[in-house]
Amino acid sequence: MSGQSMFADTLRRLSRNPLAVAGAVVILFFLVMALFPKCFSEHDPNRINILRILDPPSARHLLGTDDLGRDVLARMVYGARISLSVGFVAESIAIGIGLIVGLLAGYYGGRADAVLMRFVDIMLCFPSFFLILSVVAFIGPSIWNIMIIIGITGWMGVARLVRAETLSLKERDFVVAARAQGAGAARIMFRHILPNTLAPILVAATLGVAGAILVESSLSFLGIGVQPPTPSWGNILTAGKDNIEFAWWLSLFPGLAIFVTVLGYNLLGEGIRDAVDPRLKGR
Amino acid sequence: MSGNAVYRPDANEALLTLVNVYKTFPVRASFFSAEEVRVRAVDGVSLSLQPGKTLGLVGESGCGKSTMGKLAIRLLDPDSGTIRFEGKDMARLAGEELRGMRRRMQIIFQDPYSSLNPRMKVQDIVGEGWFVHGLARGRELRDKAALLLERVGLTAEARNKYPHEFSGGQRQRIGIARAIALSPRLIVADEPVSALDVSVQAQILNLLKGLQEEYGMAYLFVSHDLRVIRHVSDHVAVMYSGKVMELGPSEELFSRPSHPYTRSLLSAAPMLGGAPAEHIVLSGDIPSPVAPPPGCRFHTRCFRARKFCSECSPLLREVAPGRFAACHFV
Repeated sequence: MSGQSMFADTLRRLSRNPLAVAGAVVILFFLVMALFPKCFSEHDPNRINILRILDPPSARHLLGTDDLGRDVLARMVYGARISLSVGFVAESIAIGIGLIVGLLAGYYGGRADAVLMRFVDIMLCFPSFFLILSVVAFIGPSIWNIMIIIGITGWMGVARLVRAETLSLKERDFVVAARAQGAGAARIMFRHILPNTLAPILVAATLGVAGAILVESSLSFLGIGVQPPTPSWGNILTAGKDNIEFAWWLSLFPGLAIFVTVLGYNLLGEGIRDAVDPRLKGR
Repeated sequence: MSGNAVYRPDANEALLTLVNVYKTFPVRASFFSAEEVRVRAVDGVSLSLQPGKTLGLVGESGCGKSTMGKLAIRLLDPDSGTIRFEGKDMARLAGEELRGMRRRMQIIFQDPYSSLNPRMKVQDIVGEGWFVHGLARGRELRDKAALLLERVGLTAEARNKYPHEFSGGQRQRIGIARAIALSPRLIVADEPVSALDVSVQAQILNLLKGLQEEYGMAYLFVSHDLRVIRHVSDHVAVMYSGKVMELGPSEELFSRPSHPYTRSLLSAAPMLGGAPAEHIVLSGDIPSPVAPPPGCRFHTRCFRARKFCSECSPLLREVAPGRFAACHFV
């Protein structure tokens, strides 16, 4: 066995879980779509055609057109890029903050721990969606603002997770040994503790991306997320809601995309959790 | 009661001296109570260790011997008392000075599984000290790690592997390699063979002895296993409930134990030199470290206990040249 084999082991267990594989396939499909939109639709997502307003799905427009005559498939394909990158970036920000806060609180303990964890409690007191709403209303909607706000309102779970892991890891002999060797606090935290918390973080991150995509869609649906004409699954859905009596395709497909993507991330996340540590199964 | 001299650790030539060291840990009295009580893990211990020698610390589990080991190299801070290493007061060291001092004192752990970082390669585990003290990095670190691993009985190729690829005995060799990498003057060996098979125990003990002859470091050797302690120690301290009961040169202590507790311990280990001279069966358990009995800690189980044993705590006194015992009757 080599060092890579722990990873290979996990991957093997993951590949035996059909739900996780299904989740991974869905994610991969949308990732490819986000990276190579031209392969999925030759239409320009922002090209308005007033002669073809609210056309139902046809050979020319596979998923129909919207109220401005734009191709829905093209908008969804380019919207995938927006929705997925908001999910990734927002969750990366959340993981980054959560990691640092959790490591510091867990490693230093005592007063630092008390202050940081009370701050986490305070952050959790706000209904996060309304917090996001009011902050967005304050600083104005843009893709970057959305990413940052979802990130800085979503790190608390990760912080608690990392803190709990750090608390148990810092008592382990290999961490004591590192201290005995003369390693400093930063080295112990980032070289010894952090790598051993990565498995639960990966699970949290995967599930977190799903959450972030959902929040972005909700914000865009409410009109304070990604602003038109930039397509995102959420704002395509908004356009759909006004015409839902005559143009079902405008609501169904973006809704389905959000649903399937979030489901995919959740299935993969749970699959990874079971695969990295079979003992955690069902927890 | 004897009027002989009370034990005083000799600080002059000693590598390590501990004088009246106390250490307690807070524990919650019960799940529902907010009241905090303190476990008295080490309760007024004085010891000294000569350079290049081995001091064996033996006792039942929970007697405070592992805490002693961690206190000795300042992985724990004592509540009170003085710990001197190479004449320096350890409590006064902080920051960079303490980090520098860490090069001279190391530890080997009991559990070879939790003592190695599962996410690090062996070369980075054994070379951690070189790296953090800026002694070797990159290729030089890898080369030195290979030599070191060969010295402890592993192959040079082991350096590129991860801990889970090794057996318990091999992992303990990695732990030993890490401990000797910085050429320390003192190594605390905290039950280094307790988790290993008997056949592997002997190999590891011989490796430790060989390394001591080669590099001349001192061992503070913590174990509950009398055979192991006898095999490796120059001096032995017998601990019970946070206190030293008896202290003396290994061979004399094992052949003619003086303290009732030592005698009962040895009688329970018949493999030491044929049939034991006496057979003493202790009743009861080791007393609660939260509320230890007054007077002599051992009086609740001692076959020689008299009434005043529960009133007056015996001091560690010289009972023969170089031999000390904390008992009113010896």
